[in-house]
Amino acid sequence: MNFPILSILTFLPAIGAFFIFFTRGSTKNVEKNSKNVALFTSFVNFFLSIFLWYNFDTSTAEFQFVEDRSWIPGMINFKFGIDGISVLFILLTTFITPICVISGINSIKNRIKEFLIAILIMETLMIGVFCSLDLVIFYLFFEGGLIPMFIIIGIWGGERRVYSAFKFFLYTLLGSILMLIAIISIFWITGTTDVVQILETKIPAEYQYLLWLAFFSSFAVKLPMWPVHTWLPDAHVEAPTAGSVVLAAILLKMAGYGFMRFSIGMFPVASDYFTPLIYTLSIVAIIYTSLVALMQEDMKKLIAYSSVAHMGFVTIGIFTLTKQGMEGSIIQMLSHGLISAALFLCVGVVYDRYYSRLISSYGGLINVMPKYALFFMIFTLAALGLPGTSGFIGEFLILVGAFQVNHLVAVLASLGVILAAAYMLWLYKRVIFGTIKNSELKNLIDLNKTELIMFISLAFLTIFFGFYPDPLLKTINVSVSNLIENYETDIALYLTQVEQ
Amino acid sequence: MHIIEYILPEIFLSVSILVILMLGVFIKKSYKLVNNLIILSLIFTGLLIFQQQNASVKIFNDNYIIDNFSVFMKILTTISCIFILIISNDYIKNTKINKFEYPILILTSVLGMMIMISSYDLIVFYMGLELQSLSLYVLAAFNRDSIKSSEAGLKYFVLSALSTGLLLYGCSLLYGYTESTNFEIISKSLDPNNIISIFAIVFIVVGLAFKVSAVPFHMWTPDVYEGSPTSVTSFFALVPKIAALTVFIRFMYVPFINAIDQWQNIIVFLSVASMILAAVAAIGQSNIKRLMAYSSIGHMGYALAGIATGSAEGVKSSILYLTIYLIMSLGTFACIFMMKRDNIFFEDISELSGLSKSRPILSLGFLILLFSLAGIPPLAGFFAKFYVFMAVIQANMYGLAIIGLITTVISAFYYLRIIKVIYFDKSKDSFDENKDLGIKVSLFISCVLVVFYFINPSILTDLISLININ
Repeated sequence: MNFPILSILTFLPAIGAFFIFFTRGSTKNVEKNSKNVALFTSFVNFFLSIFLWYNFDTSTAEFQFVEDRSWIPGMINFKFGIDGISVLFILLTTFITPICVISGINSIKNRIKEFLIAILIMETLMIGVFCSLDLVIFYLFFEGGLIPMFIIIGIWGGERRVYSAFKFFLYTLLGSILMLIAIISIFWITGTTDVVQILETKIPAEYQYLLWLAFFSSFAVKLPMWPVHTWLPDAHVEAPTAGSVVLAAILLKMAGYGFMRFSIGMFPVASDYFTPLIYTLSIVAIIYTSLVALMQEDMKKLIAYSSVAHMGFVTIGIFTLTKQGMEGSIIQMLSHGLISAALFLCVGVVYDRYYSRLISSYGGLINVMPKYALFFMIFTLAALGLPGTSGFIGEFLILVGAFQVNHLVAVLASLGVILAAAYMLWLYKRVIFGTIKNSELKNLIDLNKTELIMFISLAFLTIFFGFYPDPLLKTINVSVSNLIENYETDIALYLTQVEQ
Repeated sequence: MHIIEYILPEIFLSVSILVILMLGVFIKKSYKLVNNLIILSLIFTGLLIFQQQNASVKIFNDNYIIDNFSVFMKILTTISCIFILIISNDYIKNTKINKFEYPILILTSVLGMMIMISSYDLIVFYMGLELQSLSLYVLAAFNRDSIKSSEAGLKYFVLSALSTGLLLYGCSLLYGYTESTNFEIISKSLDPNNIISIFAIVFIVVGLAFKVSAVPFHMWTPDVYEGSPTSVTSFFALVPKIAALTVFIRFMYVPFINAIDQWQNIIVFLSVASMILAAVAAIGQSNIKRLMAYSSIGHMGYALAGIATGSAEGVKSSILYLTIYLIMSLGTFACIFMMKRDNIFFEDISELSGLSKSRPILSLGFLILLFSLAGIPPLAGFFAKFYVFMAVIQANMYGLAIIGLITTVISAFYYLRIIKVIYFDKSKDSFDENKDLGIKVSLFISCVLVVFYFINPSILTDLISLININ
């Protein structure tokens, strides 16, 4: 295909940001124009990605829409391409970004122009991560995301924003550094950083363990896995609503995507070897962070910890290396993208009205904000994996996968589902139900139109994919099967080599 | 080409120094005229050097070399010197150091650097070094009324003289042992296992390490950077580094190439020590000039890491690192020159507080450059580090790579701290609107190059791949 749709998807938001940067005139005009430009580019990008999905061929596991340009001659090609796994993450990104833009326009009062630039640059970098088929290009986009996120947390964040921004930046940078070393080593081992070629040529088994660990250090921090998750609650709590949404919905998914594409694809032997480590860390994450989430007094912190627990499910699913587990992980990531985004928006709604994130300052909101209570209910139930929501499909498939491989892991992971029900419902009960004790809450206004639009679209998708996940499963089906097939042949090959 | 044509740039430079000096003496208030003439003569010198590309000759009994390496480094020197003169113009006028001697001293030091870069002989090298250093001592102390500036000049002179002494001692040992001052003959007759030659190597490396301000020979750098007028600091941070690094590479890869086992570990140590110390020491700095001093020490550490690999790729990555470092620092100093209120220049980082509200575009420039200095992708600073670590890992020096990348994270902290002051802190009074067009254009060029470098990184690598050391 000659039409470079992936490059356009990737760089269109950056071009939008460029235009916003050059808007001039009175403050009012600048704000109006930059809002319009941001909305326009993010929606155009969304429709472009729908078009991409529509034209996507689900019958093959080959990379599609491949663009291959010479970049550093003899070393690195600027290579873009997508398969069934990445196309859905691109869709998620282009769907969440307009919501972030709307939420930002709604709730951010100062320096909106800079905020929109940061969000659009962020979108470029995130789409780039999911498109790139070259390790160095991947690293560029993966790390580049730190810059706008640092700015978003630092400028528009809460009270401890500076601390959180620094923690986020340095933590993730340190994690990624080892990945850079691994990427360069791969270049010297295989002579290329082109992912497709590396997947074909195979990396010798003796190198795989260290390389796997280097990639793991980066993805584990980004995902985040216990015990390197501590940056996440801080970053989430202090970030503005739109920032939390981007963080939870998309940034965390980069790591899950990385595990699938790179760790399992390139280092199958090491992935097999380290699976118990992943299981252990994920189980601890699920149970420990769920318990921690139970005790939180801050709504955002509670949702942040629940994200860590949900990501624990994702890693278990990926490393079951069964078809159900893998597909479940992808669905879980997508649905967590929708649900956590919605939950952070829910917190944002009351925070914009009452400027408090503490659970104890609320109670009885159902009396004044019935529509809000309804949507909060939907997303609460989705977060705990109620059948009929997308959260259920993901968790169910992951547990099915886990039962095939390891009963103990599956049983312990199921505990997480129960704990999720406990902390989510308890949160809901304390915020929404009961009588209003605090008289100031009586003046709160229910959802306005733009908020309603955001919530309806998120709720629609959550429920739609809960009842009918087929479009998603169809898209990922062939790619996932291919991934697992390759993995199994690699392992079999390795075992015969060892026997000889 | 005739032999004279190869040395035409240096001849032209010397003649213009003498002519412009005379003009400066006889015309009153001649700073502006002299400055413009000097920029013109630098441009012309640059063009003359540019004509020598792809030449590969040794002239004057093989004592003076013109090859792609020297041509590239000389062009870098002239270009960065031109930009430094442009961006510091406003500062010089406002701090009343606009004497005509100032640009002339810069020009003489540039002449010295040219000679250093092309030297292929110990004596020629030493002459160039002295011409450069003597001009720099005077420049450091140029603000006569300031005690700090005089102190900086004196400090620089004393320490630099000591290091030059060591260097000279190394040279004389080398001459005594190999019976020649020519690099090529030295390289042939040097026995890497002989104790005298090892001594010579160590002394010369110490002297050179002082010139590139590598730890543990960096002590002068923060004080001199802080004390000198900012215009001189910016010059110090950029231009002499080019010549010093060139000579460093030339020494290691021509006369000492057979002794690679002897010097490799020394340079690895210099590199690691520079990276670690600079990263840690810069955290506590509140003066932006001191911070830039430590930053330059750290960056030289990365450049040395490339040299330490002992491979052609390593050297090329060092040269590339240096080039990108020059672009970034140039922009950063352009920003520092804009830190003025009511024509008083500030050096404290806290003065930048909340700059992003009053001067959004300047702050954005600062942000881009600082992230690039920290080596965050997709900015140019990342590629500089990337190439160096490519070479380092190719040489299987994983320890060096890991330390280098961890110090990247530590040093990211102090760059982020400035960004935090600019973007997250409460705003102070706005800085003056800068009327000077040159400084804005320089800042713009630097930022554009840093941001858009990733679109076509092969331009620079193609240029540098033309360089052949041996």
